[in-house]
Amino acid sequence: MDNRQRIVAILQNVSKKAALPGEDESLFDSGYLDSFALPDMVSELEREFGIQVPDADLHPRKFESIARIQSYIESRL
Amino acid sequence: MAVLKAFGAYVPPRVVTNQELAERLNCDAQWILDVSGIEERRYAAADESVAGMAVAAANECLAHAGLKASDVGMLLVSSGSSGRRFPGPASTVAQQLGVTGTPAIDLPIASAGSLFGMALAAPLAEAHGNILVVASEKMSDVVSREPLERGVVPLFGDGAGACLIGPGEGQASILDAVLHSDGTFADDLRLDFDAPLSMNGRSVILQASRKIPAAIAEVLGRQGQSAAAVEVFLMHQANQNLMDRVARALEVEPGKFYSNIRRFGNTSSASMLIAAAEWWRNPGPKPGGLICFAAFGAGFHWGALLAQAGF
Repeated sequence: MDNRQRIVAILQNVSKKAALPGEDESLFDSGYLDSFALPDMVSELEREFGIQVPDADLHPRKFESIARIQSYIESRL
Repeated sequence: MAVLKAFGAYVPPRVVTNQELAERLNCDAQWILDVSGIEERRYAAADESVAGMAVAAANECLAHAGLKASDVGMLLVSSGSSGRRFPGPASTVAQQLGVTGTPAIDLPIASAGSLFGMALAAPLAEAHGNILVVASEKMSDVVSREPLERGVVPLFGDGAGACLIGPGEGQASILDAVLHSDGTFADDLRLDFDAPLSMNGRSVILQASRKIPAAIAEVLGRQGQSAAAVEVFLMHQANQNLMDRVARALEVEPGKFYSNIRRFGNTSSASMLIAAAEWWRNPGPKPGGLICFAAFGAGFHWGALLAQAGF
């Protein structure tokens, strides 16, 4: 799996929803994730990619869409 | 070593149900319960002030301790919702308790103010004797500012809590405390003058979900203790979902986190002491039980305090 596929798998696991929003669409405004799913998603991303997201990077905007998550994760690898 | 001598609380009699708010906010009462775990909250009367509620909680605390206000060497009064820029409510609380001349210090720290007050009181008790930590909030005034936000208004309620900390004999010894602040996200939870409460809920939950368990683990680790050994966690009553998440992060049963949010909502800095006063009354600590306090709020400010009941 490439990075995008790994991110999508995490999102689907956390949200329990199959249909994904668009690449740049907000995961929150679309109702795909709620506020309480966000910490779960970040924890899963850390585990999957073997990274530690510092508290200073815990801006919801960085995890707003699939494209933003991928960009952030790849900046940390 | 400073000890916890007594707790007290006051909540206004007026109950505001989700149904009442749902009609005002044009939303569903069940939705409020689902997203917050809150079923009702209390609203102060128009003529009921932050200082007045603080005095009621303080008097109950002093009565539980069997002491008089004149036995108090210092007051620390937390509020993020006092009605004016200055003076804060502390000097008024002292005056209404009848102890003019006693130092009374304001802690304008929303949500985490009572925890900061308790942590600060512990080392100060040796020099000042009994220190009365009071937290009082009239959040109904804050969240009633237009435009009303359906994601914010139902979360908050009014009330006050108090804790007496001092040297000598008490119900529990304060073992340790950790306090932290980080202004990076100061704009994500703030109350500007004459403006409604501004809250980036995603940011608050994301940060709190990490920082609260980390602070609890830090204070427990410093004392060579584990979360499993703690009898009860008395946490700022921000949101039931958040408390459950913190419990999961620490791998303890959610039931170890005392909760009254269903009845009182989030009373900001007062909530932890209101919860503590209730828990202390029933069931109260077992001999030698570890009691862990924790809070997180605007600033961001957060921390944890560990106490142990006497044997």
